[in-house]
Amino acid sequence: MRRRILPGFGLGLGYTLAYLGLVVLLPLAALAWKASGLGAAELWRLLAAPRTLAALKLSFGGALLAASVNALAGLLVAWVLVRYRFPGRRLFDALIDLPFALPTAVAGIALTTLYAPNGWLGGWLGTFGIKVAYTPLGVLLAMVFVGFPFVVRTLQPVLESLERDVEEAAESLGARRRQVFVRVILPLLLPTLLTGFALALARAVGEYGSVIFIAGNLPSYSEIAPLLIVQKLEQFDYAGAAALGTAMLLASFALLLAVTLLQRWSHRWAEPAR
Amino acid sequence: MSARRPDLPLRLRRGALVLAAVGFMALFLLLPLAVVFVEALRAGVTAYLASIRQPETLAAIRLTLLVAAIAVPLNLVFGVAAAWLMARFEFRGKALLGAFIDLPFSVSPVVAGLVYVLLFGAQGWFGPWLDAHGVRLVFAVPGLVLATVFVTLPFVARELIPLMQAQGSEEEQAARVLGASGWQMFARVTLPNIRWALLYGVLLCNARAMGEFGAVSVVSGHIRGLTTTMPLEVEMRYNEYDFAGAFAVASLLALLALLTLAVKSLLEWRYGGEIAGRARGGH
Repeated sequence: MRRRILPGFGLGLGYTLAYLGLVVLLPLAALAWKASGLGAAELWRLLAAPRTLAALKLSFGGALLAASVNALAGLLVAWVLVRYRFPGRRLFDALIDLPFALPTAVAGIALTTLYAPNGWLGGWLGTFGIKVAYTPLGVLLAMVFVGFPFVVRTLQPVLESLERDVEEAAESLGARRRQVFVRVILPLLLPTLLTGFALALARAVGEYGSVIFIAGNLPSYSEIAPLLIVQKLEQFDYAGAAALGTAMLLASFALLLAVTLLQRWSHRWAEPAR
Repeated sequence: MSARRPDLPLRLRRGALVLAAVGFMALFLLLPLAVVFVEALRAGVTAYLASIRQPETLAAIRLTLLVAAIAVPLNLVFGVAAAWLMARFEFRGKALLGAFIDLPFSVSPVVAGLVYVLLFGAQGWFGPWLDAHGVRLVFAVPGLVLATVFVTLPFVARELIPLMQAQGSEEEQAARVLGASGWQMFARVTLPNIRWALLYGVLLCNARAMGEFGAVSVVSGHIRGLTTTMPLEVEMRYNEYDFAGAFAVASLLALLALLTLAVKSLLEWRYGGEIAGRARGGH
């Protein structure tokens, strides 16, 4: 019905498909094509190289860990920003998006300068024997930085719309604060928390700019998968770069799909509570 | 909320939570930002201004502005077209199309650059043909624009789709029924309704376009003065141990980020309801 009154369906569809196809879909298809042209045995040989495996492990393991840290810290920060009033709250609320707005290269050199052995924080941490810059811990730190806003920003609107009476009902029925949080609030927040987690994860897996400076990029130790792609390209190993790029693409899709399914499940689980 | 004053342990616990949250934000947000400006100005204002006035820096600034000036309008038009399609029509495969629009956000920027090198690089599919015709896409400005368009593609569409879905199409249908042409309806009804969300999306798109590093780095070839945007200039100087210079250029980008955040917050506070996707009460 609406289609007849409102114009622009054909134009919108044609333009959207053409643009998306040319800029995103065809290039990505070309990447997958290039990788599939290698054949399974060659593909396996390229991906199973110890250095490649170590880089993939660091990228995905680090991202999982960073997204988990962000889920916890993001929950805390969103909770405090929504529920409590304190001086500077608006400023901090505005600053949450800094990791989105600050170019990754800038974040990278700033974090490195902070955590380098002679840096503001690196020197202090060094006295405890903790090394951050040029170690996998530095990679993790940068990944936490770039993924931080996702959890806070997805949780905030949900926390704001949370009905207080549900909590009060639980409290008046004798539940302690912790019970209210674990039994009432957390289940309601879980789907959103998972969304934020997935977004932070996807971002951290592919992150390049903020990580490469602080990582130090020691092969098989603090070298991330995107950097390995860049290095393969610089050595004109296009096939190797395509194989690794495709592997990362597929793994990211699999992760996102898994989290989407998990989200659907937790939605269903949280539904009766609404 | 009950009117009675919370007891002391509860207030202490709240204080501890606020302190922990503020501490985390100070550590992860304020400190990195402070480092940029402190390091940039470490050698004094004169040295700072001198490194910004270097011809390489000015060329990088010009290139960054040029790339954003091409990429952002392209994605602006795409975002409006895609939002119109997604928010006003039902069709088969709509959910899949929505996922495709968001796709660039879950692709590593490096992979985004890689695909264009594979297509247009010297050994790429179209490489030899482009070479024969004297056209250079990769390791030149068109490649930088393409990579930037890829990574910033979803921003505008993502802001507009939820807003336009929430607004519904009654006003537009009324305009049509009253005899407005398609473009009249768009200019007089649709555009005024989405203007603040559009500005919001463009703002975020622009911030990312000017600050993009990974994708641009892969297709740039790092030819100084020709294909180095500001973030790449930051990297090159940093790797040459010109830390003051790197942070001087970085401080310009950080100022851009702060400006973006300020305008963004202003838009949220003033027009929160008209930027539905991010509209939040409580402010």
